[in-house]
Amino acid sequence: MTDHLHLAVALDGAGWHPAAWREPVARAGELFTARYWAGLVAEAERGLLDFVTIEDGFGLQSTLDDGHDGRVDQVRGRLDAVLLAASIAPLTSHIGLVPTATTTHTEPFHVAIGIATLDHVSQGRAGWRPQVSPRASDAAHFGRRSFPPLDPAALDERHVRDLFEEAGDAVEVARRLWDSWADDAEIRDVATGRFLDRDKLHYIDFRGRWFSVKGPSITPRPPQGQPVVTALAHARVPYEFAARNADIVYVTPRDRDHAAAIAGEIRGIPGGGGTVRIFADLVVFLGHSAQEAAERKARLDELDGAAYDSDALIFTGTAEELADLLLDWRGAGIEGYRLRPGAVPYDLKAIARGVTAALRRRGAFRHAYEAATLRGLLGLPRPANRYEEASTT
Amino acid sequence: MASSTAGARRRVHLAAHFPGVNNTTVWADPRSGSQIDFASFVHLARTAERGRFDFFFLAEGLRLRELKGRIHDLDVAGRPESLTVLAALAAVTDRLGLAATVNTTFNEPYELARRLATLDHLSAGRAAWNVVTTSDAFTGENFRRGGYLDRADRYTRAAEFVQLARTLWDSWPPGAVAADQESGVFVRPGAIGEVRHEGAQFNVHGHFNVPRSPQGHPVIIQAGDSDEGREFAAATADVIFSRHGTLEDGRAFYADVKRRLARYGREPGDLKIMPAATYALGDTDAEAAEHAAEIRRQQVSPQTAIAFLEQIWGRDMSAHDPEGPLPDVEPDLEGGVSQGRVQVADRAAVVARWRSVAREKGLSIRDLVIEMTGRQSFVGSPQTVARQIEEFVTAEAADGFILVPHLTPGGLDDFVDRVVPLLQERGVFREEYEGVTLRDHLGLRAPGRAA
Repeated sequence: MTDHLHLAVALDGAGWHPAAWREPVARAGELFTARYWAGLVAEAERGLLDFVTIEDGFGLQSTLDDGHDGRVDQVRGRLDAVLLAASIAPLTSHIGLVPTATTTHTEPFHVAIGIATLDHVSQGRAGWRPQVSPRASDAAHFGRRSFPPLDPAALDERHVRDLFEEAGDAVEVARRLWDSWADDAEIRDVATGRFLDRDKLHYIDFRGRWFSVKGPSITPRPPQGQPVVTALAHARVPYEFAARNADIVYVTPRDRDHAAAIAGEIRGIPGGGGTVRIFADLVVFLGHSAQEAAERKARLDELDGAAYDSDALIFTGTAEELADLLLDWRGAGIEGYRLRPGAVPYDLKAIARGVTAALRRRGAFRHAYEAATLRGLLGLPRPANRYEEASTT
Repeated sequence: MASSTAGARRRVHLAAHFPGVNNTTVWADPRSGSQIDFASFVHLARTAERGRFDFFFLAEGLRLRELKGRIHDLDVAGRPESLTVLAALAAVTDRLGLAATVNTTFNEPYELARRLATLDHLSAGRAAWNVVTTSDAFTGENFRRGGYLDRADRYTRAAEFVQLARTLWDSWPPGAVAADQESGVFVRPGAIGEVRHEGAQFNVHGHFNVPRSPQGHPVIIQAGDSDEGREFAAATADVIFSRHGTLEDGRAFYADVKRRLARYGREPGDLKIMPAATYALGDTDAEAAEHAAEIRRQQVSPQTAIAFLEQIWGRDMSAHDPEGPLPDVEPDLEGGVSQGRVQVADRAAVVARWRSVAREKGLSIRDLVIEMTGRQSFVGSPQTVARQIEEFVTAEAADGFILVPHLTPGGLDDFVDRVVPLLQERGVFREEYEGVTLRDHLGLRAPGRAA
């Protein structure tokens, strides 16, 4: 059991390659329908994957670092990821659902009750990927703050630090709100006429630089107690954010040594670095042979007019080769993977069918879902409520 | 279908209100289920869809209510985030409209517009937004900006918010997504419009990132009753959720609001008026009256009676026996003991009225509260209730009703099983859904694109 890898898949549009929508099997005209997404997640669930993530953002996808690029040959537009995850919940039964929700321009209270609600409607399968929104163009969609245009080559360190500090506060608020109702706060005591035991409801009284939130939540404690918080991180500041606030961090090693170095750095961060689960992100293009996989990517590159590049390592090869790589990196401290399918549905199917089968042959992946909640699948216990005495839980 | 003979008859529209966070919802009844389990939402939504209702409706409350400085513990409390639970319901229903109440004070237009457009996509055209405003600093304590909004600016912000949301929805024309794999054109050149909004409440520049949704604009519902609220509804809403329960009040309100429409170039049919309505059924009218009285007693427990009195009197009344007579205690005219709910406007006048009713009828505190607060809109046999509903609609006191059941989740079962078939027989309610979108159900036109 403990030898099993954790495997997630990151869903975004027609896949991570910008020309993926042009594959004949891509169902490009259905990207904004519930049916399309339900089909993708059903495929992932048939493969017994731990969870899916869903990307989101407050601006159009772009080839520019900041702002609309005006391109018409790539997918533009996306649905709200939390709502998308919720619409999939009743149609699935075991797989975790982890939408992205931005912390920069949103209300922490709304995000917290949205994720709590996702946990209720999925009966304990919700996660959250908090994401910062550094772009000036996104900020202009809200008009409450103005940011400098984003230039990855010359990051404004204070701006970045502020965004992640704010994200940390947003996660803290969410975690407190999720605990602000004891599990047994609802008493329905006819004798005293009380529906609630108000002593089991807690003001969170959060005060921070960006917001203050009084609480308690309006939504009872989620089934998991605390939905699973996950974060993508590429550098020191986000590593610290993830270590301190998240249950899972997605990292982007270039190779095994790099993976070991990143894992070592995260493990050394006080206040959570020792316990956060470390997953590696990989973009995958699969094929029956390594050559076929490489040709698939090359064909898409040609359609797009540029060689696809990514923050994560791009893997092209067979399911067997990928399974070997995944197990190899495990020795470097990687406990699970979030695979980004290059093109959907092809690479999603190849992951859910081929890669899982290859891992099973190596004794490294489940044969059946062993738990009904996402925390259960990840081996995370249901946490005690921070506001309740240990003796009462 | 009786539609050919019923051409002249006005059609009834019906919506199902998920039992709310207030004492209308009876939790002490053994049949009362969970307020938060998704199964409860599924039950009520599927019942409403089985009854061919126009839509399912969720209210909003962004802070737990307080009484005397402490969390109010007598009524049901705890609810999901509305749009999230509606998105989940979209997957298990097919035609039912899905309406969320969402505040314009503690949300931002770009974010809310895309969440609403998303719900419309996920439900294939069944989303509705009940636009509410607040200036409440109490609620504001849960949000970034606190109680920033002056009461006088509530509708200014709401109006600008809705207008901006419509601009964002219109910024993708129909058919903007080509998704043409052959030519490689995903989105038609120049289709995604640039939005440049500068107003008193919002400055929003850029590009919306959700394609135009099936309804173009989700259905807009409005619930305010003030003169300002009525004007706002006449200018922008598709449905008014009103509180005018009697035939005379309803007719006056209906005439007033429909009269205002012409000013905005709109037809009477462009705005549907749907008051909230409670009901109690029985095999006979007498049995229904008995049942109605039982429900009212359940709704007003002894503790709830005292809590009501405290809200009206504006002071602590916990020393008094709820089954005893109304005490001779003066109200605290300056005071206020509750937070997070509508405040008593003219305390002295309300107290005088309550006193005179108690004296006249010789009522205990609890019976007085039951008398003053609990009356159901429709009480009778299924035949009586069906006839009353038709009368209201025929008399132009309403276009239909938003039904508020007192039990979760089975509170509409009897209405759908026993009243809906009678309304259908009378030819005033659909036997099958005739369209796909909520706009179809309500007989609303497609929204025009802003110039």
